[in-house]
Amino acid sequence: MLAAVPADPPADSPPNAPDEALDGALDGAPNAAPQDARRHWMSVLARAAADELATCLAATGGAPAYQRLRGPESGLVMVRGRAGGGGAKFNLGEMTVTRCTVRTASGQVGHAYVAGRDARQAELAAVYDALLQDPARADALRTGVIAQLAAAQAARRAEVARKAAATKVQFFAMRNMRTS
Amino acid sequence: MSNATQLDVTLPGFADPVEQAQACFRAVLDAMARPGTLRPAGEGLTPPAPLDPATAAVLLTLVDHDTRVWLDPTAAAGRDWLAFHCGTGFTDAPAAAAFALALALPDLATLSPGTHEQPETAATLILQVGSLTAGARYRLRGPGLRGTSTLSVRGLPDDFATIWQRNRAGFPLGVDLVLCAGTTLTALPRSVTVDRAA
Repeated sequence: MLAAVPADPPADSPPNAPDEALDGALDGAPNAAPQDARRHWMSVLARAAADELATCLAATGGAPAYQRLRGPESGLVMVRGRAGGGGAKFNLGEMTVTRCTVRTASGQVGHAYVAGRDARQAELAAVYDALLQDPARADALRTGVIAQLAAAQAARRAEVARKAAATKVQFFAMRNMRTS
Repeated sequence: MSNATQLDVTLPGFADPVEQAQACFRAVLDAMARPGTLRPAGEGLTPPAPLDPATAAVLLTLVDHDTRVWLDPTAAAGRDWLAFHCGTGFTDAPAAAAFALALALPDLATLSPGTHEQPETAATLILQVGSLTAGARYRLRGPGLRGTSTLSVRGLPDDFATIWQRNRAGFPLGVDLVLCAGTTLTALPRSVTVDRAA
């Protein structure tokens, strides 16, 4: 069933999520559209709260009949980093991750991995992932839910960045004052 | 998700992984301690064909990312399901496998019997048979059994007693065998002696 995922590439989806710093860094192939689109919605879903997901799902046709294939279950994932971004790998630390896999009655298999222990969020995100692969419902969800959640998340991030930026100390300003 | 690793999985594993895996582990433990006793396992599980619920339950319970599994060609249809739910790796070399899954008895000599320093590294063969209540009758003797007990199995080769005798002769080395049919399992540890009963 998973093999069906790349079969219907969403032509109108953005090739890259502009707000995903990680995506931009990893992205080597600009026309890997289905993978990128899915990566984008999965990242948006992973950042959305369970209540948000439930509300949006109810507003766009409700949850389909589905079966849990695995989970939701929580576990630890070792986060690895590279010194300087390109150096030797090292273990940064473990983080709690909850995952879930569901299969809808129409045959799509949805996966979700979310940070934290919110089983409901993981399950809803997996249901979304399955629905977004269903041509009958993908467009409505993409424009009605994913785009809005992404915009809200970008706004939140911008707000945090704005508040943080206001506390920034401009050391170079003092130097500039002295020299000018 | 890379295309190379996409798994075709349409069926769930344990609904309650902790409880069900512990219950199944207990069943395997009991069957190993009392060779030939029948234990229920895998009730309610819906594994992919051709696996029976008991076979699938034993795999879900024992196999994980630390164990290498060798699949008999007849059991290859369960590969994706097993990879998804157990996170296991597979090997094409029977001798490198910690667990072997088969629907017909493979050559036991190809499986790892362990080493004298580490006999516990021997392979465990999970064999799905036609029935554990009908078929050829075997008389079992050995540790865990007071006197003898009998076991009926349909689906073992006619010369199984001879084959098992060769496996038994290498003790403490040798392959352990878990037999599964439907929602029942039993076990023949390498210490048990098997004779064909009349």
